[in-house]
Amino acid sequence: MAVEVGRKGRPEAGDWRRNSRARHLRERAVKVALAACAYLSVLTTFGIVAVLLFETLDFFKEVSLLKFLTGTEWSASFQGQAEYGILPLVCGTLLTTAIAILVALPLGLSAAIYLSEYASARLRRWLKPALEVLAGVPTVVYGYFALTLVTPFLKDTILPSLSVFNALSAGLVMGVMIIPTVASVSEDSIYAVPRTLREGAYALGATRREVATRIVVPAALSGIVAAFILGVSRAIGETMIVAIAAGAQPVLTLNPLSSVQTMTAYIVQVASGDTPRGTTTYQTIFAVGSTLFVMTLLLNIVSYWFVRHYREKY
Amino acid sequence: MARAGARITQENDRGHASDFKPSISPRHWLDRVFTGVVFVATLVGLVVLAVLLVDVFKDGLPKVNWQFITGYPSQIVPETAGIYPALLGSLWLLGLTALFSVPLGIGAAVYLEEYSADNWLTRVIEINIANLAGVPSIIYGLLGLGIFVSVLGSLTGGESVLSGALTLSLLILPVIIVATRESLKSIPSAVREGGIALGATRWEVIRGHLLPMALPGALTGTILALSRAIGETAPLIVVGAAVYLNYAPEGPRSDYMAIPIQIFTWIEQPQDVFKTLAAAGIVVLMVVLLLTNSVAILTRNRYQRRG
Repeated sequence: MAVEVGRKGRPEAGDWRRNSRARHLRERAVKVALAACAYLSVLTTFGIVAVLLFETLDFFKEVSLLKFLTGTEWSASFQGQAEYGILPLVCGTLLTTAIAILVALPLGLSAAIYLSEYASARLRRWLKPALEVLAGVPTVVYGYFALTLVTPFLKDTILPSLSVFNALSAGLVMGVMIIPTVASVSEDSIYAVPRTLREGAYALGATRREVATRIVVPAALSGIVAAFILGVSRAIGETMIVAIAAGAQPVLTLNPLSSVQTMTAYIVQVASGDTPRGTTTYQTIFAVGSTLFVMTLLLNIVSYWFVRHYREKY
Repeated sequence: MARAGARITQENDRGHASDFKPSISPRHWLDRVFTGVVFVATLVGLVVLAVLLVDVFKDGLPKVNWQFITGYPSQIVPETAGIYPALLGSLWLLGLTALFSVPLGIGAAVYLEEYSADNWLTRVIEINIANLAGVPSIIYGLLGLGIFVSVLGSLTGGESVLSGALTLSLLILPVIIVATRESLKSIPSAVREGGIALGATRWEVIRGHLLPMALPGALTGTILALSRAIGETAPLIVVGAAVYLNYAPEGPRSDYMAIPIQIFTWIEQPQDVFKTLAAAGIVVLMVVLLLTNSVAILTRNRYQRRG
């Protein structure tokens, strides 16, 4: 339409001399270029899946899938008598994750409740970005903190039997890192609870605590569950804190005081050594990576699904 | 609503006259306790952050001097070790990552927000981007190792700063896309309609009006994403950042170190002197992050004032 005017209009107005065909062509080219940017994200996903599959399939030519998934020994570094049972790594991952969530869920949820139900608008403007900083601190810094401050502190005060590398410190510090994730996702859903629900309860004589715990939290539960799942997924994929502070011993234990190795820490251990390409040890990091990818992907899907299907509609 | 509401009614139904506690003071007392508990819980994270910063700066700041900034790492005389190659490596990574990720991210956001039809393909892309944002960073490292270092090794130079930057670009793309889209979304549709009505094409409206208006938000998100990229360690370890070099990167295909990698290497050493070096490295890293974040805030303020 605009182009029509340009074509038929007299070229007296200097601005209007544009060549409509060139404009059309440029328009088309721009659209294709922008679309290519958007499709790159799909390509990235394909790339991840392809790379993981390619090397993992090679790995499973050497090691049986059943042994990989059910074996309780992991000693990949020792050539010749290598054992590839992923359970110790999964166990280490779940142990640190559980500790982290025990920290992050109550603290994050409390922060969300405080920010949305109690804090004044002014305090909120300061507190929220301050909490976000926690998520912006590089994880290698948290690792340093866990190893050089938290572990010695715990060892000197309450837990003399703590080993230098342990799941507890790593998990605790990781929990602090995840607080903003849990807080901001839960806060979004708490914020979405309509005012009328709160005011109705106040009118019936409820106190602020009663409104928060019996009206707001149940109404926002889907979002809180999603925040929990997202936090778990973060913790499972977190690498540097556990690589630095949790140790490098793939043992099947639930003792938080001892040294463990997570899946991510194993990948770091192998990747920072000199492992020739094409060897089984090299392929193990892709097999472990695939396991990690599938676990986080499932959690992310469940969390997404939870928000969509259990959202209370007002 | 139904659930929460039902619970209250139930309680009220159950309540006989004798159950009703007219005394409200214990409930108010409990209310105050609860307020205190959630407030303290909110502060825990901030206290930990403060302790962390104080601890790191106490250990590291005395070590940060000109020699540390311009010196090279050394295993033999750790007292004179410096962070120069890692600092330069991180700056190279920052520059290259920005070069790749900013146009790609903004382009993708513009396409999704302004061009794409609301069909299944668009939804696939959207869900896909949301999922990519949740993929652990170390998985991106494996992607970079498989694609940029191995398959495209002859182009990128293998374990080069280029491979590292490409990997980090893919890692932060989802963040940039989401930030830019939010920013575009907040522009009223009257701007688009006005531009089109005056005979501008879609791209002319985007280039002349939407992008300048969306810039503050997009830039803030982008710089925050870039600062995340500077702090990343795990993917760089996987794509083969060097743990020891006595030179700064000489080009995109050169070997490289990065500040987080240098910190990690120092932490891994058992001697205490290296722990101090690690703390000093962390101070440098935090200062770099602080600078980039201030740039983000300043740019946003500047553009906002102009708009």
